[in-house]
Amino acid sequence: MAHDTHEQVDAVTGVTTTGHSWDGISELNNPLPRWWLWSFYLTIIWSIGYWIVYPAWPLAASYTRGFFNWQSREAIVEDLDALKAQRAGMTAKLAQTSLEDVTKNPELFAFARAQGKAAFGDNCAPCHGAGGGGAKGYPNLNDDDWLWGGTLAQIEHTIRYGARSTNDKGHQGSMPAFGRDGMLKRPEISNVADYVRSLSGLPVEKGADLTAGAKVFADNCAACHGPKGQGNQELGAPNLTDKIWLFGADKAAIMEGLTNGRGGVMPTWHERLDDTTIKALTLYVHSLGGAR
Amino acid sequence: MSLWSRHKIFETNSIILLIGVLIVISIGGLVEIVPLFYLKSTIEKVEGVRPYTPLELAGRNVYVREGCYNCHSQMIRPLRDEVERYGHYSLAAESMYDRPFQWGSKRTGPDLARVGNKYSDEWHRDHLNDPRAVVPGSIMPSYPWLTQRELEPSLVADDMKVQAALGVPYSPEMIAKAATDLRTQATTDDPDAAALASRYPKVQARDFDGNPQRLTEADALIAYLQMLGTQVDFKLYDNKANVR
Repeated sequence: MAHDTHEQVDAVTGVTTTGHSWDGISELNNPLPRWWLWSFYLTIIWSIGYWIVYPAWPLAASYTRGFFNWQSREAIVEDLDALKAQRAGMTAKLAQTSLEDVTKNPELFAFARAQGKAAFGDNCAPCHGAGGGGAKGYPNLNDDDWLWGGTLAQIEHTIRYGARSTNDKGHQGSMPAFGRDGMLKRPEISNVADYVRSLSGLPVEKGADLTAGAKVFADNCAACHGPKGQGNQELGAPNLTDKIWLFGADKAAIMEGLTNGRGGVMPTWHERLDDTTIKALTLYVHSLGGAR
Repeated sequence: MSLWSRHKIFETNSIILLIGVLIVISIGGLVEIVPLFYLKSTIEKVEGVRPYTPLELAGRNVYVREGCYNCHSQMIRPLRDEVERYGHYSLAAESMYDRPFQWGSKRTGPDLARVGNKYSDEWHRDHLNDPRAVVPGSIMPSYPWLTQRELEPSLVADDMKVQAALGVPYSPEMIAKAATDLRTQATTDDPDAAALASRYPKVQARDFDGNPQRLTEADALIAYLQMLGTQVDFKLYDNKANVR
């Protein structure tokens, strides 16, 4: 780039050049477009208006608050109040109506399920799946097998306080670690695992001693799972006679549970979600299918 | 020569232009950054915020190392949809002991500012190990090594010393007990749990990774995640009390 401080006038346009020339091409020294320049001045004037009405300049111990006295934390309160007002009619109705009565009111029931579905997506779906289908270790909510009971009141209690959660009102029972804590020896665990599989008609290993397994079951498992293995919702002990297996039906999975115990955690939700949302969730989960 | 043509002085001399740019940016810095150090309203005083426990701090280091902040923010903005989904908007005080802060600027995954106690430890373990095992549509990478890698308890005291030098109020006692506190928090029903809680109120102490025999990076990360957003009790929080 040649640099020539001596200004020259371009012969074709009659405009002075900057004195820069690249490969014989020189740069005209035109002023900025007027529209651009005025837009720029306008933004400066606009900012002065902004300083006056909004919080802007720092002072020694405070800052200028502006004529509007605007604060984001006030703005969000107004926004949320507006949202509350918008939902007030139906939400208030839902709050006042008992769970049973909501199911008899189609309009209110539809509102509750819609709200429940939205809340389910963020709060429950990570464990129970987007459609409540569950995953290994996380109960399926679509079937008719309920660990802690499938009535409206029971579902609400479980959502509100959880299971083995940080809340004292939550369900507490859990499967002991029979193997790790030395209550059962490995052959006994193997026998009882075969026996448990036989309860729901699953094939057992050749040479499995079901009589010994039945005795181990009666002495150790029947107290919670019932003499016939039909389960007990008071204790969250699963029904062992159906084909629904939370942690898998294969013998290895059953032996793993017998050895190290089981006790999935359902968090307590009443501190995070308000009563109406819990109500809506209860109605939504109850409506998924298999409800009692 | 009119005032406007003096522009030429800057445009034709790179050193003068550079000095001019520096002066303009310094003014911006003085006005926008410096007041944050002395204005009391920058960080309001909020009940409940405490420095991280040694285990949480170790977990936070794993969080930074794995680059969680690239996809997860920790900043609930005061906007209706965010407050509806994630809970109360984040307060400056809630990240006052973050060096550096983890606000993030991108949400490929959800915001984590209030993920504490939202899901179970088992879920975090399964999810970190293989996100698709619990969330079929997830695009989060798997972090299976977290439950495998041992956590080195002796390093955290050094971390705390650095944090203390940067202004986090770790007492000499806290630093001296760092390694034992770290083990205590990762153990269910440890006899020293009360002493730990006296140093770090509302601390959650248990075996986080589901393997009581080992102290792993998953213990630390899950302890950190289960604490996030749980320090301030918003039933008691008054949004007007501290506006100055």
